[in-house]
Amino acid sequence: MATRTLRIGFLPLVDACLPILAQEHGFAEEEGLSLSFVRDVSWATVLDRLLYGHTDAAHLLAPLAIATTLGRGRPAQAMSAPFVLGLNGNAITLSKALAAKVAEPGRLGDPRKLGAALKAEAETALASGKRLRMGVVHRYSSHNYKLRYWLAACGIRPDQDVEIVTVAPPFVADALANGEIDGACVGEPWNSVCVERDVGVIVLATAQIWRRGVEKVLAMREAVLDERRPEVEGLIRAMRKAGAHFVNPVNLELNCHILARPEYLNADRKLIARAVSDRLVLSHGAPPVHYPDFMFQHSEAANFPWVSQAAWLYSQMVRWDQLEFDADQARQATRVFRPDVYRNATQGTGDDLPAANSKVEGSVTRLTQVGAQQGNITLSSNNFFDGMTFDPERVQEYLASLP
Amino acid sequence: MQYDGVKIAIIDESSVRASIIEDGLAELDNREVFILTQREGLLARIEEIGPDIVLMDLGNPSRDVLEEYFAVSRALARPIAMFVDESDDDAITASIDAGVSAYVVDGLSSNRIRPLLDLAVKRFNAFARLQSDLDEAKGKLAERETIDRAKRILMHSRKLTEPAAYAELRRKAMSSNKRIAEIAEAVVTAHELMGEG
Repeated sequence: MATRTLRIGFLPLVDACLPILAQEHGFAEEEGLSLSFVRDVSWATVLDRLLYGHTDAAHLLAPLAIATTLGRGRPAQAMSAPFVLGLNGNAITLSKALAAKVAEPGRLGDPRKLGAALKAEAETALASGKRLRMGVVHRYSSHNYKLRYWLAACGIRPDQDVEIVTVAPPFVADALANGEIDGACVGEPWNSVCVERDVGVIVLATAQIWRRGVEKVLAMREAVLDERRPEVEGLIRAMRKAGAHFVNPVNLELNCHILARPEYLNADRKLIARAVSDRLVLSHGAPPVHYPDFMFQHSEAANFPWVSQAAWLYSQMVRWDQLEFDADQARQATRVFRPDVYRNATQGTGDDLPAANSKVEGSVTRLTQVGAQQGNITLSSNNFFDGMTFDPERVQEYLASLP
Repeated sequence: MQYDGVKIAIIDESSVRASIIEDGLAELDNREVFILTQREGLLARIEEIGPDIVLMDLGNPSRDVLEEYFAVSRALARPIAMFVDESDDDAITASIDAGVSAYVVDGLSSNRIRPLLDLAVKRFNAFARLQSDLDEAKGKLAERETIDRAKRILMHSRKLTEPAAYAELRRKAMSSNKRIAEIAEAVVTAHELMGEG
């Protein structure tokens, strides 16, 4: 088989792992593909390269793919996401001073209790004419949406009671160290970098806010997907194999070693291993804390692009960009996620494939077997911490019910 | 062309490249140019200047921060968008290829933006050529050092004269279809592995 090349853009984050490992372990080659990688430090650059053909596909923030399709902040360009690169894997890190006031030492806090304590601190700060400032990696990121969701549900009004600003992941530790921000929601290994530098304490995992929240996607221009459909489907199969390899604990050392290399994450292998093994060191020098499914890359058809996930992201865009809900825009947003492509790619491989394209998010509270087109899928809890559920058919009602 | 009162901010962590661009913009009359090379306090500086055009390198780590600021800022009278004239795809592609990103105040006419962007692209390309020349020169220097070391190893271990050591390297390079520098590298590496480095 002739080898065809796909160029993949990425940011140095642990959840860029699947395309990297697909290439490194030869899964891409089995599909007749050779992947080359273009590393950047800001999402704007990753997006530019994608839109102007420097790359064919990219590791991208799911909300950014939707925002680009809807023309938020720049001219609209139709994007497609046929594969979810993972669920969650981010955390909230607070400055040591703030953490000392609101967090329980030595463990990830209860989201409600932590939220209540943070609300009291935010009010104290406001009373003395200051406002707590939290960093997120991008305006159109799930980090931003999950942080805001949690704050709002705890009675803290984002943009009013606390300020939310953009800080690029590699600069979060600096920003905490020099007091530019009081906390941040960021992906790994950057929380662990803050802990290692002893400038912050990890207090909450985003998986505690939404147990199965969508994170990065493999994104490309819709036109590229149409032109290179066979290659993209091959890449999807290769990344499914890479995922099985990635979540097998036997391969932990090897995979972290690969990801740590200068051309990929250029980071400390031991810090990367914390997120991959779900064992985070929350504060400097503390023993690791095991939090299962901190990042979720493979099982339960985790990579399947549920259109209900896209719909939730659109609902949060409406909520925080203060837009009017628009049925046309909602349709465009959900069409970014392409379960049809994922289905076609994995059909006949025996890999787990759900029967439906959409589900009520947050509705699974215990192990539940769901309809599968092939394979056998048992979903575990996917709840939001406040017990809300999201029905993609009733976005407006959902929005009206939120604080 | 007149650029009366047009404020151009150049954000670049490489002060060399920033001045090369500034130099290029000297062709434009009456423009005001501001160079920002520090990441710290960037937004405050931008707010102070209130630029009509911001030029920065595509891979600048502050881009997300800046885009967020442009999106929400109420301090600027008008929002800043990237590549306002989206019909001009060639210009955009050329600038992306050169590694320039531009943010332009909405309403600034495209016949004023285009020449400016073209200049920036030329300057970025010139800088890239300079950089690759420099890298090449550095590479050559390193190669020469390696060849000298390999010669000394051969002179010492095989009691050869300097020209004979060089001839030996060249003979091996020709017979194995490799460059002399690569053979020299192999000699040095082997020597180090034998614990004689």
